[in-house]
Formats: sequence, C-alpha cells, structure tokens
Amino acid sequence: MNATSIRGARAAALLAALAVGFPSGAAVARDLTVVSWGGPYQEAQRKFMFGPFSAETGRKLIDEYWDGGIGTLRAKIKGGDNTWDVVQVEAEELAIGCEEGLFEKLDLAKVGGAGRFLPGTTHECGVGAVIYNVVLAYDDAKPGPKPAGWADFFDTAKFPGKRAVRNGPKWNLEIALLADGVPPEKLYEVLATPEGVDRAFAKLDSIKGDLLFWKSGSQPAQMLAAGDVVMTTTFNSRITASNESEGTNFGMVWDKSIYTMDSWVIMKGTPLLDESYELVEFSTRAKPQAEIVPFNRSGPTNKDAIGLIPAQYMADLPSNPANFSVAVPDDPEFWIDNFDDLNERWAAWAGTK
Amino acid sequence: MSTARKHALLLPLTGFLAVFFIVPMAWFLAYGVRETEVPRALPETLAALSGWTADQPVPPAAYPALAADLRAGADAGTMADAARRLNYELAGVRSALSKAGRAVRRAPPDATFDAGYFEAIDPVLASPDFFALVRRAAGPLTDHYLLSAVDLRRATDGTIARAPVERRIYLDVLARTLAIAGTVTIACLLLGFPVAVLLATASERVADVVLILVMLPFWTSLLVRTTAWIVLLQKEGLVNDALLFLGIVGEPISMIFNRTGVIVAMTHVLLPFMILPLYGILRGIPPGYMRAAASLGARPLTAFRRVYLPLAAPGIAAGSLMVFILSVGYYVTPALVGGPADQMLSAFVANYTTTTGNWGLAAALGLLLLAVTVALYLVAQRLSRGRAISLG
Repeated sequence: MNATSIRGARAAALLAALAVGFPSGAAVARDLTVVSWGGPYQEAQRKFMFGPFSAETGRKLIDEYWDGGIGTLRAKIKGGDNTWDVVQVEAEELAIGCEEGLFEKLDLAKVGGAGRFLPGTTHECGVGAVIYNVVLAYDDAKPGPKPAGWADFFDTAKFPGKRAVRNGPKWNLEIALLADGVPPEKLYEVLATPEGVDRAFAKLDSIKGDLLFWKSGSQPAQMLAAGDVVMTTTFNSRITASNESEGTNFGMVWDKSIYTMDSWVIMKGTPLLDESYELVEFSTRAKPQAEIVPFNRSGPTNKDAIGLIPAQYMADLPSNPANFSVAVPDDPEFWIDNFDDLNERWAAWAGTK
Repeated sequence: MSTARKHALLLPLTGFLAVFFIVPMAWFLAYGVRETEVPRALPETLAALSGWTADQPVPPAAYPALAADLRAGADAGTMADAARRLNYELAGVRSALSKAGRAVRRAPPDATFDAGYFEAIDPVLASPDFFALVRRAAGPLTDHYLLSAVDLRRATDGTIARAPVERRIYLDVLARTLAIAGTVTIACLLLGFPVAVLLATASERVADVVLILVMLPFWTSLLVRTTAWIVLLQKEGLVNDALLFLGIVGEPISMIFNRTGVIVAMTHVLLPFMILPLYGILRGIPPGYMRAAASLGARPLTAFRRVYLPLAAPGIAAGSLMVFILSVGYYVTPALVGGPADQMLSAFVANYTTTTGNWGLAAALGLLLLAVTVALYLVAQRLSRGRAISLG
C-alpha cells in the first residue's frame, strides 16, 4: 500500500462513518409532538395541559393540529416519515387505527391506571380525552315556539325555515330515525338493515329542499347567527362557547342528542414512547380536565374531574347526569363497517337536487 | 445550438419533473389498478379457491385455509388492509374478519374450522358472495376501482352491471365538473377579453396601472379571497344589503352555498390566468391591421370579427385552456362556497386520499379526470385543425 491509497482509504472510512452516523443522529433529535383539533379548543388545551406539562417536566412540546381522517394517519405510518407522537382521534379512527396497527397498545398503568377513568372510556389503543354531544341548536333570541327534539327538526310546518346538518351520513341518519320514532335502544339495530337506511333517507328527503350543509365545526353557529338557518346540528361545546364569548343567545336540546368520545392515542413506533405516556398521563389528570371546562364545555373522562368543576358550568356539560341520561351513545363499530358504503349513498343523495 | 446542448440545458427541468412529478404521479395512479392487500393477507385461502367458480358450492378446504391465514395475519397490518379492501365491495366484512381473527387466535389447537364455525361468527363469512369476492380480489391487477369510478360494479357471478340508482355519483359529478369548468372559462373569457384589449391598446401609464390591478389578487391568499366572497354574498352580506337598500329586490337573494357562489368565486380567482396569456398575444397584433380593415370599408364589428378575432384566437385558446384545466382540478373553492350539489371531482379525490384512505378509488378518479381532460384537449386540437391550440 502506498501513501495515496492509505489516504484514500482513510477518506473513505471517514465518509462511511459520516454516512452511518448522520441519519441516526437526525432521527432522535426531534421534540415531543402532540396533535389536536385546533381553534379555541386547542388554545384552551395549550393553556391548561400542554403549557403546564412543559413547565412540570421541562420537556419541550410542539403542538400541531389536524382535521381528522384515518388516511392521514395511515399515510404517516406507512410512509415511514411520522413526526407525530400523541394524537387526539375520533371514535372510529381509534378502532380502525388500532386494528391496522397504527397506534401503540397502551399500558394503562403508565397513564394513571384503569381506575382513573370513567367506565367505557378506555380502549386497547387509547384513553378517552373528551366526551361531547351532537345537539339540535336554535336561536333562542328569535320569537316563536322552541324546538324540543328531533321530530321538530323535521317538522317544517310548525317550524318553517332552513336547517343545517353536517355533510355526511354520520349522525344524520341516526337523527332521522330518532325523529321517525325509532327508540334509542334499537337505533343501530334498525339502521343496520337496508329498510332502516331507506327509512332514514326518506325522512331526510322530506326536508331536503330546506337543508343546508356544513363542513367545519365553526360553521353552524355562524349560520345560526347570520339567520341562514333556524335550526342546526352542532357540537354542544360550540354553542356554549358562542353564547359566552360572542354574546349570542342560542339554545340546544339535550334530549336524544348523540354523544361520542375522542381519545388520546400514541402513534406506533414513536421514538419518544415514555415521553408520550407522560403527556397522556398528564392530560388525563383530574385537574387539567376540570380546568379546561370553562373554556370548552366537553365532558371530562377522569372520574375525579367532575367533582372539581364549579357548579355554574355543570348545566351545559355532557357529563351532567341530567344531560347524560337522555343522550344516545353513537356506535363506532357500525360506522367502521358501513361508512364507506353509506357515504357513497349520501354523496349521491346530497348531490342531486 | 447543437441538439446535445439544447438537451443539456433542459436537463435540470426534465430531471426535476421526472423525479418529483412524473414518477410519484405514476406510482400513485398505479394504486388505481393494483391489488396487493388480499393476496398478501389471504394466500392460503386463495390457493384453496383456485379453480373454484361462484356457481359451485364453497370448497370445504377454504375454511381451514381461512383460519390459517387469520392466525398468520396476527401482524395486524396486513389482515386489516385486506378487510378494508373487501369491505369496499361487501359492507360488514371488515368487522366480521376482525371478530373471526380474534376468535381463531384464541381457539384451542384441536378446533375444527368449517363452514359452521365461521357461520356462527358471522354469516357473511360462510357465504359464496364472500369467497367470490376474495377470488376476484386475488390480483395482481384489478378493475374494481376503475369500474367504481364510472359507477359500475361486478356482481357475484362476475358480470358488470351499473351501480344501484341511489349510489350512482361519479359520472354525474364528472359532468358537473366539466360544466362548472366550462361556465367559468366562458365567464373568464367574457370578462377578461375587454381587459386584455385595454391592456394591449392603452397608453403605457394606463396599461401599467391596469396590469398591477390584474396581478393584485396574486398577492393575497386564495383562501382569504374565497372566504371574502362568503362575507360579500351571504344572506345578510354586503351585496344583499346594497340590493335591498336600493330597492332592486324585495328580499335577499341566495348567492352563496350554491352554484352561483361557486361560479363567481372561481371566476374571480381564475381571471388573471385568462387575461395574461390573452394580453401576451394581443400585444403582438399590429394596430395598423384594424385601420387597414376600416380603410377597406369594413364596419367596426366586421373588422373585429374578420381581422381581430382570428389573430387573437391563439390567445383565446391558450387562456381558455389554462383556465379550464385549472378549474377542473379545483376543490377548495367549491368546498367553501358551494353546496353539496356543487362538489367537483377533485373534492372526492381529496376525500378518498386523506379522510377515508381509499387510495385505489382516489387514483382511479384521478385517472378518469386525466383521461377526460386529455381527450377534450385532443378534440379541441383536432377541431381547430392544430392551429389555434398548439401550445407553441
């Protein structure tokens, strides 16, 4: 070996070391990332959960927002380029993502133990974050009789004017059947049959000329305020937030409203697993869950949180026994199987005048 | 310049396009015809079904094979993908397979897996429909997504039929997409042509100011411009307030969340794309031609029709093509200012890509849009005998 080739060999070894060392160095050097729904909800979370978490543990926390959609999560995991650690997901996304191996299977002991949570709010791959209801909302400031249930939503003779529903079959088929007289215990049983689906669409057909559709959570309150609609489906927390911060006087109907739950999940294969567990544990403590309630009237999932909430906020809370006892649970299992199919039918129905 | 030098100068652009555009597009569009989930997750079941056709009873060997596949698919990803794919054609299969998977993995080692076992878990798993579907999804290529994109389905016996009436969407949506794009193109042409003529013929000072006004919308975000239209056109918005105040109408007109709002907002956004190519061509028309036509006795309208328009035709074609192709791909604007009867095809592509994750159908719809657009371009080119629409 002569001098040139020795130098060449050393240069090659150095380059090889750099090449090997570089990617692994880049992979671990990112901060814990939490993903939620954005808007005023996430601002409240920042104030009472993410900020205090950083203060207590000294860890830097990045929060991003997303709009939902299992396709997004699937693309992140399968693409191998995932930078999200803890995500708040809807009920179907939790079940589908768990089946497909997109989320870590949770060790409940590391998030405070199963006993910390209300019954029914824990899952193999996630723990409940908030419980919220899909309610009928109307403008209480306008004169005239007030709607008392879904039957009134479909009664254009007694309550003339336009209505707004979310653009999609979810929850709309349920309220159509509830308005048509199906008892809540049998709701998904009836909806699982072709006759039940036809019945729901026929009921929706009866008010089709008066229907408007909303897509994002902030639209229903705006449409009510602008006078574009007299009634709308929406999330209960949006109505309370609008009344308290915008000075509107909207009313909502809790009877036969549909309640559903969002959960915290940890994305599979995250290099920050322990830190993610710490964040989920912190966010599901009683104190942060109770503190966020004045800013976002969604129900907590921690058993002890309800006791910490001041009485004045309990009236509009989904967890209030008076509201909870008359609400109807939604069924993510049903939608997992039937969403694609019913969504196609909805698109065909909604797209034709 | 030598050919080699020309190619070398183009190489960065073609390289960039190839690596970051053509290859990823082709790879994604391939999802519309590929079938990978079922062959990967159910190999033994497919082997047991080879040679079977839907008119025969289900072979008994299929059931233990299915159980073996379910047990092997403990790697959650592959079985869940196959379940999702099968659920597209037979709703309910997804939860049936996941229930069966759990049951099989917990079953004692001496359990017999036969039709009765699976029937007890869920009747669909013992039905010929299910196995016919598995056989159809054997891959490696599939026509399911392409057929769905044009509202066709395959029945259990393999024949192609139209989708049931309440599920036919995509052909209507395609027609609607082309109609909206066409209307927007014509609106942009009618509004943009006078502006382009002004730009081409006015004095330099005036032309500069008008040009800045035309380019000004590019300085604001598309979403801001679109949501501004909501404020302007809503029932208690500025336009309705003005019309009511002036007494032109008795009650507010509905101009938003319907087709009107979509056309107005899209025209507003796409107008510069019509004006600028048109201006580029009109600028090159010597002003002397119109004067010559007048001196030969032509009335202004005749001169315009027989001299100006034919010379402006390449500009009209270029601007129209650009506006049409851009508007065919739009989905944000109709999503914000339109109703559900105004959603264009790209909205479905976006929905299938991100929300539901059905990439096969998203790719198939994309292929449909691409094919129709290319076909329209070729027809237009043939109609103008290659002159007006050659992009050179």
